[in-house]
Amino acid sequence: MVNLKVNGQQHSLDIDPETPLLYALRDELGLNAAKYGCGLGQCGSCTVVVDGEAVFSCVSPVLLLEGREITTLEGLGTADAPGALQRAFIEEQAAQCGYCIPGMMMRAQALLRANPNPTDDEIRSSLQTNLCRCGTHMRILKAVRRAAGLMQRADASPTPATGAVR
Amino acid sequence: MLFFAVGLRLDRRRNMLRAEVTVPRLKTLLLGAAGAIVLAGAGFAALAWKPALDPVTPPTRESFPPELIRRGAELAAIGDCNTCHTAPGGKVFAGGLALPTPFGTVYSTNITPDPEAGIGRWSEAAFQRAMREGVDREGSHLYPAFPYDHFTLVTEADNRAIYAYLMTREPVRAETPANELVFPLGFRPLLAGWKLLFLEEGPRPELEADHGAYLAEGLGHCGACHSPRNALGAVQHDHALSGGEAEGWYAYAVNQSSPAPQPWTEESLFHYLRHGWEASHGIARGPMAPVVANLAWVPEEDVRAIAGYVARKMGHGVTPATVPAPIIPVPGPGTSPTMADSQAVPPVPGQDAGRAVYASACASCHEAGRPLPFGGMHLKGSTAPHGPNPRNLINVVLDGLPAAEGERAPIMPGFRAVLTDQQIVELLGYIRAAFTDQQPWTGVEALVREVRRGHTTSASRPTDAVQSAPADPTQ
Amino acid sequence: MSAELSRRGLLGVGGALVLGFTLPLRAQEAGQSATPPAKAPPLPGSLKTTPELDAWLRIDAQGAVTLFTGKVELGQGVRTAVMQIAAEELEVPMERIQLVSGDTGRTPNEGYTAGSQSMQESGTAIRHAAAQVRELLIGRAAGQLGLDAGSLRAEQGAVIAADGRRLSFGELVTGLDLHVKAQPESRLKAPDQFRVMGQPVPRVDIPAKVTGGAAYVQDMRPEGMVHARVVRPPAPGARLALLDSSAAEALPGVLGVVRDGSFLAVVAEREWQAIKAMRALAAGARWEGGPGLPEQRDLFATMRALPTESYSILDKNAPVPGTAKELRATYTRQYQAHGSIGPSCALAQFQDGVMTVWTHSQGVYPLRGALSEMLRMPAEQVRCIHVEGSGCYGHNGADDVAADAVLVARAMPGRPIRLQWMREQEQGWEPLSPAMITEAGGKLDAQGRIINWDYGVWSNTHNTRPGPAGNLLAAQHLAEPFTPATPRPAPQPAGAGDRNAIPLYTFPNAQVMHHFIPQMPLRVSALRGLGAFMNVFSIESFMDELADAAGADPVEFRLRHLEDERGRAVIQLAAEKFGWGKGRPAPGIGHGFGFARYKNYAAYCAVAAEVTVERETGRVRPLRVVAAVDAGQVINPDGLRNQVEGAIIQSTSWTLYESVGFTPNGLTSVDWSTYPMMRFNAVPRQMEVHMIDRPGMPFLGAGETGQGPAAAAIGNAVARAAGQRLRDLPMTREKIKAAIGV
Repeated sequence: MVNLKVNGQQHSLDIDPETPLLYALRDELGLNAAKYGCGLGQCGSCTVVVDGEAVFSCVSPVLLLEGREITTLEGLGTADAPGALQRAFIEEQAAQCGYCIPGMMMRAQALLRANPNPTDDEIRSSLQTNLCRCGTHMRILKAVRRAAGLMQRADASPTPATGAVR
Repeated sequence: MLFFAVGLRLDRRRNMLRAEVTVPRLKTLLLGAAGAIVLAGAGFAALAWKPALDPVTPPTRESFPPELIRRGAELAAIGDCNTCHTAPGGKVFAGGLALPTPFGTVYSTNITPDPEAGIGRWSEAAFQRAMREGVDREGSHLYPAFPYDHFTLVTEADNRAIYAYLMTREPVRAETPANELVFPLGFRPLLAGWKLLFLEEGPRPELEADHGAYLAEGLGHCGACHSPRNALGAVQHDHALSGGEAEGWYAYAVNQSSPAPQPWTEESLFHYLRHGWEASHGIARGPMAPVVANLAWVPEEDVRAIAGYVARKMGHGVTPATVPAPIIPVPGPGTSPTMADSQAVPPVPGQDAGRAVYASACASCHEAGRPLPFGGMHLKGSTAPHGPNPRNLINVVLDGLPAAEGERAPIMPGFRAVLTDQQIVELLGYIRAAFTDQQPWTGVEALVREVRRGHTTSASRPTDAVQSAPADPTQ
Repeated sequence: MSAELSRRGLLGVGGALVLGFTLPLRAQEAGQSATPPAKAPPLPGSLKTTPELDAWLRIDAQGAVTLFTGKVELGQGVRTAVMQIAAEELEVPMERIQLVSGDTGRTPNEGYTAGSQSMQESGTAIRHAAAQVRELLIGRAAGQLGLDAGSLRAEQGAVIAADGRRLSFGELVTGLDLHVKAQPESRLKAPDQFRVMGQPVPRVDIPAKVTGGAAYVQDMRPEGMVHARVVRPPAPGARLALLDSSAAEALPGVLGVVRDGSFLAVVAEREWQAIKAMRALAAGARWEGGPGLPEQRDLFATMRALPTESYSILDKNAPVPGTAKELRATYTRQYQAHGSIGPSCALAQFQDGVMTVWTHSQGVYPLRGALSEMLRMPAEQVRCIHVEGSGCYGHNGADDVAADAVLVARAMPGRPIRLQWMREQEQGWEPLSPAMITEAGGKLDAQGRIINWDYGVWSNTHNTRPGPAGNLLAAQHLAEPFTPATPRPAPQPAGAGDRNAIPLYTFPNAQVMHHFIPQMPLRVSALRGLGAFMNVFSIESFMDELADAAGADPVEFRLRHLEDERGRAVIQLAAEKFGWGKGRPAPGIGHGFGFARYKNYAAYCAVAAEVTVERETGRVRPLRVVAAVDAGQVINPDGLRNQVEGAIIQSTSWTLYESVGFTPNGLTSVDWSTYPMMRFNAVPRQMEVHMIDRPGMPFLGAGETGQGPAAAAIGNAVARAAGQRLRDLPMTREKIKAAIGV
């Protein structure tokens, strides 16, 4: 049995302890956000946050993560009540195919937690490990900046997004 | 500092300083200056004075033969000038790289031909003097962070070529930040004392007969990183090339005490230096990455000469017949599917906690059999687990190998956020026991803590050796 | 979100899987042949092939609208755009619309979602269908109210009379037969009446994608689903000689091994188990034979030595006296990859004699044809349903993985089989974008005008899509293998390797040759823009070279040779917004320009770029990119902008970094360390996309219009910043450094 704490909930999973966290999240817990991209820690699609830091879940075996706080994109809000980062991505329409976006968002989440007001270079440098093939980079950068603003504002409560008419 | 100095005894003939007081072996070039305080006080002041040389109008490109500039470019690459004289994200050769030391920070200088901020007003004579004696055009002594104790061996002809190359670079108006040194180390005449002790001025014609030795000992300054230094930061010549430190990395011995489990040969060294990796030894990373990146495009015979010299220093390997079979067999091409994804954990025997970390987080790449440079090195063949300390392993475990920009190069994810200190300690213990026949390392826990907290530099460079530049370097 | 609805609704209960076969049979079957029915009136867009209104649009008694489109979401925003069009013309709120897309059981056959044609084909069909249904509803309301139809208006899902009486669409639709053929003419709304079209409506698919909703075929988890993985040969053409599957079969969770000839797969209860079993199975397989690919360093010589079919696609002659200067240049490009971030995936289930596959294929109907041929099953027994995958940008592994999945599903009836490729399988087996060679020659007169243009392009096919079963990878590996179709050049004006090989500029003399190379050393197919990327890069690079020879400003030089007013307008707009020609760039910085009209009949795009090249390293940094686009009537300006921004970055990555590595033994680009592409630090600091909206004009496809102009702008800017022209793509740091010299 492997005990994992994901988005605040404890789970006991009867799986091979060497299973990468990615498969535990997707197949055992039914969470969609972390994506299989390369299985090598080269693309960042699988990024989740562990104890506040961004981690490639595809190369992180569950046995090393017992007792740690794991957060996935699902832990930041829902489509009906999106969190600040999610609101920012919706408002900037920062997705094309969107497959890489959850990983981008979780890395950004870790960045903004450590550095609430990052410079453009700091955002780029942080996201350097994550690949986007559609070329949504400009919007991702804008969305992270917007999220920083939303998080800093006291009134950044998770209300439904109004959508972006820009 | 006087405390340190009390027991200093100079063995001039061996260019070596013994410290009777046990001083922690800090990597500090500036410590030399501490000793110099005493020595200067003992009457060396007169030696410290060097005249300023007349400024010149920056020479034009046309004033140098193109082949001289070309050779200068190659020599500058062998000398790795760009590595220290370029700040992260800054313009090449414009200086400003911060070299942190326990006594403060030294900044590399601007060696572009900008007349104000760079060396545009230096005559060739001034450049020759700087390389030979470690003195700038105005007559100030340079800190030995600039390895003139090696560069002093460079011939006048080669210096002329390097000068031609540097003076034909794009001038960059970038002021070098002032060094931030504790009193009184900012007082440069003290350096004359250090030089008296440790600088044996070249050139040495007997060395020039051996091109490899000449390049490796002089311009290539291999020993600057790969040799231990004494208490005053000077290379210990009787332990030359027996291992040293650089930017938070351990530079392995490249003489007979090389810890490489697979003996190096001239051919394997050549491949490594030329291509940045070698199938049964691994890939260059840390401060070695920019070195091999530079050697990638200098004339092949220069690299072969260096490889031959180092192989001879290692005392074996000149004849391929004497080389043992590879520890890790290298699969032939086309025998199995090219595997990038190595998400399968081969069975790893054993029970302890370190094994579990290795089996689940490392083995999938490091035992997948994917050949280098893109596959993970099998640790049985890797030098790192066999080295005298786990510094480099810790660096790589924490920060991995970042992707090179737009170029094919290995990528390894860092495990900083996944592994706890305890897990890393267990992992290192397992690796040392499982893949080497060496005694366990000691002090691993403290070192892991220190490296993780960044008390020492442990930056992993991309293997393209170019510092990650900002999106807009014109800003 | 309707994507979820369709998927969840179908998957929630196993028995519901076949419920979807309810649409008019004709809609299913129409479009199987490329030719429209005889005597059919010229209907707009895809109404040509599927003329019945109810094949596109249905309204239930509650007034809920269901749209059907054969075009599929690839991350390009087509769902939102199609819904905007319907909301506009039908006069219903967007929220009342559900969209069903790409389902051989339910939607029209619109071939592939490719070539930037979704708006021209499906968008146009739905616009007309919606307008005609709106008029039918108004007509019906007129009858019921006893009023003249002209006095009624549709609004918010109801028909409203001048006196305020109101009949909802739900009330009106009862008894209304929409199973009627569309009319050639529709009462379309005037552009000044638009309230939804032309607005930056937020994409309907984004909320699920940024909150972990089920958005992709990879996210499907129907009851009873199991995981499969394939084992591929070490190199193309190798055959499976010996197999010991015992180790794989003994692993926990393994349900079985599927082998047919050299097709090899394994099924397990859990995904991680399937991956481990795949490795064990691979270790037990021995292969023989193999390809003998060319040496990469000899690639272009190899291509030139292959037999070609040469076609003259432009031959324009007019006697012009005098030549001042003549220039020639050759441009080359290595193989490039789609490189989807998410490896291809499909879910298949074989139940009650029906094979259903959920796929991110760009063409569910063509895929159905190929699968039914491969499975030797009637097409009616195979159903392909589109569910989004990771962005594909063309013919990637989507169809092949669907073939893999159905082969496994057939061997394991009843179980939903989820099969996803591994990274090295995606990278190593996707059909690549062909390597290309172009040669350009030009003559200038004394006034600096081009008086002769002479151009040739050498390329493989850019289309090996299914179609025929033999184009599916797995079908080639079966014990009774299918043979790939013989490649054929695609006709102009769209073309393939020769797409955009004919410049839009006007020259008195111009010869353009297409040298089609039938033999394919590496497996190739369609990547975003096909040959347009390389042809526009070449033409626009050469225009700059000619401009330099003429001593002319590159933008002015283009305008000098361009008569097309809309083309001139985007060039002028991009130049103006960029500040072209205002001041000399600093040393090491270069400005570059590129222009094309995609396929010479789709959207116009002009791009201006500012880059810096670091002399000592050859490193390029794009600093600022400004684009201007004319895509006709714009449906969703933010969606269009998103597409063009993406095109610029993707194309810049192709231009600067990307090439597939190979040796005689096979591909060596199998992951992101061996196929590097752009990362964040090299993304431009600033980007602007300006649009020229053309209300009332036809939609012009824009999904691929940016690829060529962006490459040309970057290339031309690099040439100016480096002081050297690079003609071999990708223009890597090493090549640039070598060109600059010391």
